[in-house]
Amino acid sequence: MSLVTVEDLRVGFPRAGVRAVRGIGLTVGAGECVAIVGESGSGKSVTARSLVGLPGPGAEVTAARFEIGGRDALRFGERDWRRVRGGFAGLVLQDALVSLDPLRRVGDEIAEVLATHDVVPRAGRARRAAELLASVGVPEPETRARQYPHQLSGGLRQRALIASALAADPPLIIADEPTTALDVTVQAQVLALLAARKAEGTALLMISHDLAVVASIADRVLVMKDGVVVEEGPTGRVLAAPGHDYTRTLLAAVPSAASRGTRLSAIAAGGVALRTPLPPREARGTEPILSADRLTASYGSRRLVDEVSLEVRQGETVGIVGESGSGKTTVARLLLGLLEPASGEVRLRGERWSGVPERRRRRSRTAIQLISQNPLDSFDPRYTVGRLVAEPLTALPRHRRRDRVSELLDRVGLDGDVAARHPRALSGGQRQRVAIARALAPRPDILVCDEPVSALDVSIQAQVLDLLAEIQAADGTSLVFISHDLGVVHHVSDRVVVMRGGRVVEEGHVDEVFFMPREDYTRDLLAAVPTLGRTPGRTPG
Amino acid sequence: MTVVKEHTPPLTGSPRPRGAARLGDLPFGAIASAALLAVVVVAAVAPGLLTRADPLAADPLRALAPPGGAHWFGTDHLGRDVLARVVHGAGHSLSIGAGAVLVAVGVGLLLGVLAGLAPRLLDEALSRAFDTLATFPDVMLALLVIAILGPGTGNVILAIGLAQIPNYARVIRAQTFVVRRSGYVEQAVTFGLAWPRLVLRHVLPNALGPLPVLATIGLGQAVIAASGLSFLGMGPQPPSPEWGTMLAEARNYLRVAWWQAFFPGVAVTLTVICLTATGRRLQRRFEGRRS
Amino acid sequence: MTTVTRRAAHVARRGLGGLAVLWAAATIAYAALLLAPGDTVDAIIGDGLDTPRIRAEIIAEWGLDRPEIVQYLDYLGRLLHGDLGRSYLLQRGVGEVLASQLPSTAALAVAAALTGVTLALALALVTAGRRTAFRSRLRALTGTAELVAVSVPPFLIGIVLLSVFSFRLGWFPVAGDRGLASLVLPALALGIPVAGVLGQVLREGLERAVEEPFALTARSRGITERALVARHALRHALLPAVTLTGWFTGLLLGGAVIVEAVYGRPGIGQIAVQAVDSRDMPVVMAVILFSAVVYVVVSSLVDLAYLVVDPRLRESR
Repeated sequence: MSLVTVEDLRVGFPRAGVRAVRGIGLTVGAGECVAIVGESGSGKSVTARSLVGLPGPGAEVTAARFEIGGRDALRFGERDWRRVRGGFAGLVLQDALVSLDPLRRVGDEIAEVLATHDVVPRAGRARRAAELLASVGVPEPETRARQYPHQLSGGLRQRALIASALAADPPLIIADEPTTALDVTVQAQVLALLAARKAEGTALLMISHDLAVVASIADRVLVMKDGVVVEEGPTGRVLAAPGHDYTRTLLAAVPSAASRGTRLSAIAAGGVALRTPLPPREARGTEPILSADRLTASYGSRRLVDEVSLEVRQGETVGIVGESGSGKTTVARLLLGLLEPASGEVRLRGERWSGVPERRRRRSRTAIQLISQNPLDSFDPRYTVGRLVAEPLTALPRHRRRDRVSELLDRVGLDGDVAARHPRALSGGQRQRVAIARALAPRPDILVCDEPVSALDVSIQAQVLDLLAEIQAADGTSLVFISHDLGVVHHVSDRVVVMRGGRVVEEGHVDEVFFMPREDYTRDLLAAVPTLGRTPGRTPG
Repeated sequence: MTVVKEHTPPLTGSPRPRGAARLGDLPFGAIASAALLAVVVVAAVAPGLLTRADPLAADPLRALAPPGGAHWFGTDHLGRDVLARVVHGAGHSLSIGAGAVLVAVGVGLLLGVLAGLAPRLLDEALSRAFDTLATFPDVMLALLVIAILGPGTGNVILAIGLAQIPNYARVIRAQTFVVRRSGYVEQAVTFGLAWPRLVLRHVLPNALGPLPVLATIGLGQAVIAASGLSFLGMGPQPPSPEWGTMLAEARNYLRVAWWQAFFPGVAVTLTVICLTATGRRLQRRFEGRRS
Repeated sequence: MTTVTRRAAHVARRGLGGLAVLWAAATIAYAALLLAPGDTVDAIIGDGLDTPRIRAEIIAEWGLDRPEIVQYLDYLGRLLHGDLGRSYLLQRGVGEVLASQLPSTAALAVAAALTGVTLALALALVTAGRRTAFRSRLRALTGTAELVAVSVPPFLIGIVLLSVFSFRLGWFPVAGDRGLASLVLPALALGIPVAGVLGQVLREGLERAVEEPFALTARSRGITERALVARHALRHALLPAVTLTGWFTGLLLGGAVIVEAVYGRPGIGQIAVQAVDSRDMPVVMAVILFSAVVYVVVSSLVDLAYLVVDPRLRESR
């Protein structure tokens, strides 16, 4: 029997003028794992939430058929929905730090489900909550149940959230991006936990932007775009032989070892997605243009960066990869001269860059520029795009700045009329292009990119990575590329530095490090990365 | 057909019109408060345009006459025209409020920016000073100032201004502090901008952004405080037509002449409501632009 | 550090901070005395009887013949012993004067605080929850009411209440402090502005909280909207309200001065106004110190309450 049957589901937000879901069909059978994959704005989350009657304020839901547990959900009142929520379907959201009430104990959050659905009498609820925590692999469950979400690590928090969704033993779990905020090793553990539940017979509806995350666990995949399902089928078939151009474009956009040297933003046509080669990069110099020697930095008594050394040569890309708290961003700030190292030394173009007065550093500042994860944070909120891009052009006479700005915007693939607009009115991808244009403005030798594509959808990420590659090939710019995403780092980097807890664990040529890791930590990291199985698309040559 | 744009959060979508609206698009409340404030400003600047009567001319034979005829708002216990007094009172009440805000904003701005940009120790010392000053209830601090300097318009301005300094200083300090450590200031450092230019170009304009909003709401609060002190007999001395002073006089005739208290009461209330509402509208606009 | 020592350290730090504020308050009050026009003896006498004998008494009491720093330290020392000096106008000890007026003002402040909090909570809870046409209208209405409540000077609320309920309807006494009936109107006059601000903060906090991700999770467990507000949202809405407590203390103390004047109620406020009028500096200084003490005590209690409401703060402090 199918748990959920939906035909021609439509969800709109008339007041906002948004039609989020525009006629989709969906069934989830008992014990089955169905995944909905799509980029932001595809309507996948709204779909998931509509299934528990929580599409959001001001939503209008219609459907040709909408059955939950064999009953007609179109006739559900608030009371019926409340029985579905938690009792029939447990919802797991992204990032338990904000998805669990930060002011309540973890155990109380779980007990709330037990009380609402009258699973266990009051006296037994605390014990049952601890048992549930134990069942999702939380050590010391009694102690943890008495703690608050912020006292648990990201992985334990997410497990606790899952435990609360499981508490009333619902036949269906709806998981909306359940691993997105997690480090890759923790993500692997949470996915394993969900897979174990599935093995025990719980059905799973999984929402994700990441095809690879879904690949390992889902029986069937629905690919959504702009509120409709463009493709649906068994996971293996969809990944190996995608039937829709959008799916092919999405698959081709995923960076990996195999995509090195090719464009990610492929043109899907005639049933295959062609990855065209990127322009070759110039021969690089032998002398390092930027070098760091045993850098150390602390915050209070905590050591953020510990004896980190690295070298960047002209035209080369050095990747820095590591999980959260590994010290990547602190290294970026040290390299940029925004933070003085407690010990060690940075040299830029052979000259001392750290430990010199700001007055001396100022002349060379434009040689090394930053592209950050959230461009909006790095833009003065009062400025238009044109003014932002012109800001570093201090060396240029005023009348020539306009031309240079439109030249730069053109270079990053933006229309000239964007110059008059505010970045807030642009999309995430466009904003990041503005940030790149601005970083290029003073013709830097080195670009430090700190998680430049982490906030972007995979297809936009592909375009931005391609753009960076083109710029690098044309200008011979060196890149320091910081990311938590091993696929991205493998795609862009020549050499890679693996960091953990402020220290360099391993470094070397990217293929050597990623294909033949010497250190256990690197091996664990690589093993935890979900993969698509076979590499889709075709690489010419 | 509507296509969902990238990063449009449909779930939390309560749409709010962005940017500058044309007059016709503004809600009724906005137009009404702007119009009322305009009347109050005219009354303060050129009271002669609104009334011919002399606010000080007493006529004991016509004392406590109800509204109507020659005296739209009636007369007070000394037979003075209440309308004239309310109109002329605007100048007194508003100038005390504005003067106090000027004092508070001026000093608060200076100290707030200084603390926000200062090295840690100085910042710490200044912040503690703001905290201590904020410890005293506004009215108490004002009483202390009046106790030293005596009653009067200028002293009330000083008293209320002094009491409001920490409000502005703390907000400006916090803003300066945040902006100084913001991503865009850091980015500007990488362009090789020198510190003074950085402060002038990015830190100050962004840190001072909320000031007009604060000052508008603060003006309303200052008018309340001023009328309160005047009510206690510490502001402009009779026979000056200040709203609070008028209310203090009217308190003794509540039973027989409601109009003597009603009209100045309405004047002060409407003025403050309009200021607060306008301030809040500006604030929403401002926050909308930021997020 | 263990949790217990960390908490003890926090409490100790709080206590020291409070003492520092009190010391600063005492110093400001003392500076006011020195800044007052005329010499210090004049300032202390105020409008009181000025005879050579009284002058000599003041010089002896304040030690005005000694170096200034000694005078200042002496003054602090006397404060430490609870000696607030003497009002030469009232011919009584200042401590005694304040103590006699304290119960009346305390009753007013507590009654007003209760009124304000109850009103604010009631309004916020009635308008919180899923948007219906009725609730939207109710929300607009309370929004306007709150705007008016914060925009009307407290003494004006007092006057309006007075003319309606005392003069027109004759329900409550016009002036003075005669039992509970005479407390109703002053408490309302002082409580309404509190309710205006607090209500708005609470309502905005509730509206924000029910949109947070954790609220979606809570709803997905099948709980009712009422349970969502009671178990989750209300605590979140209280956090910003709690930070305003210091401000409320000021509003209540400062408002008491004015409301007592409107209703001719005895109390600290009346004493303060009289003292300012007759330049009775020892009393003015004592009232300032008193309000600082109240503020420090209340904000310390609130600070501890904050730790109870928000577990996230327990670690960092």
